[in-house]
Amino acid sequence: MREAGRQTVTRGATGGGYPPAAELATVSLALVVVGGVFMAASFPTPPPLALPIALVAVSAALLGSAILLLVRWRGFAWAAFSLVVRWALVAYVISAGMIEFSFVRNHASGWPLLVVTLMLVLFAVDVPVIIAVTVARYQSSHPA
Amino acid sequence: MDMTSAVAATAPGDAPPRPSIQIVPRAALPVIAVIVAGLITTIAGNWLWALVFYHVVGGGLWTGIDLFVGFVIGPILGRLSIPSRAEFSARFMPMMVVIMPTVVLMTLASGFQLALGLGNLQSLNPNHGWLVASFVVVGVMATVALGILEPANIAVLFEMKKPHPDGDLIARLMRRFVYAAGITGAMQIATLVIMTRVATQ
Repeated sequence: MREAGRQTVTRGATGGGYPPAAELATVSLALVVVGGVFMAASFPTPPPLALPIALVAVSAALLGSAILLLVRWRGFAWAAFSLVVRWALVAYVISAGMIEFSFVRNHASGWPLLVVTLMLVLFAVDVPVIIAVTVARYQSSHPA
Repeated sequence: MDMTSAVAATAPGDAPPRPSIQIVPRAALPVIAVIVAGLITTIAGNWLWALVFYHVVGGGLWTGIDLFVGFVIGPILGRLSIPSRAEFSARFMPMMVVIMPTVVLMTLASGFQLALGLGNLQSLNPNHGWLVASFVVVGVMATVALGILEPANIAVLFEMKKPHPDGDLIARLMRRFVYAAGITGAMQIATLVIMTRVATQ
């Protein structure tokens, strides 16, 4: 595995401004959290799903935009990003799995469960992306 | 190298050797595995005592650590010199990386199961409004912690692993960490009010 710690220090790796990928992913996370609060507050009664579905759609669009910005980011430190994102994914997939287990254990099913699952998928991807982008932003894309 | 491994870094010249940094302390992983396995078993079995245990222990630690870091450690850290901050952070931050997600998971997963089991989430229950308020508080804390605090924490650790860490960058990221910890600490006071109300209604 590539050593992020051995990479040379090049501020921002972009030589200037950086795309707001972490910020977009943070807003995406906030929308998922709002949706999660709405769903959990209504549980075990199935809630109206229009608002949660809208939040999931906007959140997914923001996350997609964040990833698109990363792909277009010249000189982005992908090695550092992938090192961090894979470990963070392990941690947050476990966390999301625990929450999913709580809903399934309590007989959530059908559309509400699907919406909760989509929110948890976004949560499990959002957090690692935010962490990994924040770390990679200060790493160089070129090993020393 | 992976995120759990240590690098013994030595500063150039006659500077004192920098502490080796484990971003994720390996020794803690088996303990976390046992805690999570116990939590899954407890939820699957729906055991009241164990759920209360997980919720009270996790919640007490979460609230206490947030308040202590936000209002005691944070201000002290802000007044230290950058080398002192870096040395403290090298030992403190890896602990936070494993402790905080674990106590948050313990608290929320057991709390949700407990609320369902005790009927507190039913819309006619007098505690329903208080629990929804606690969800909102937790939601704000989660967004601040996961979107600002934890990324800053891990970015500081990566910066400190470099052969020549940028002191200004570490100071900036630490300031972000300290402010975020202050916000979550303040929100924990709301959690204390809500949870003591729920427990006594």
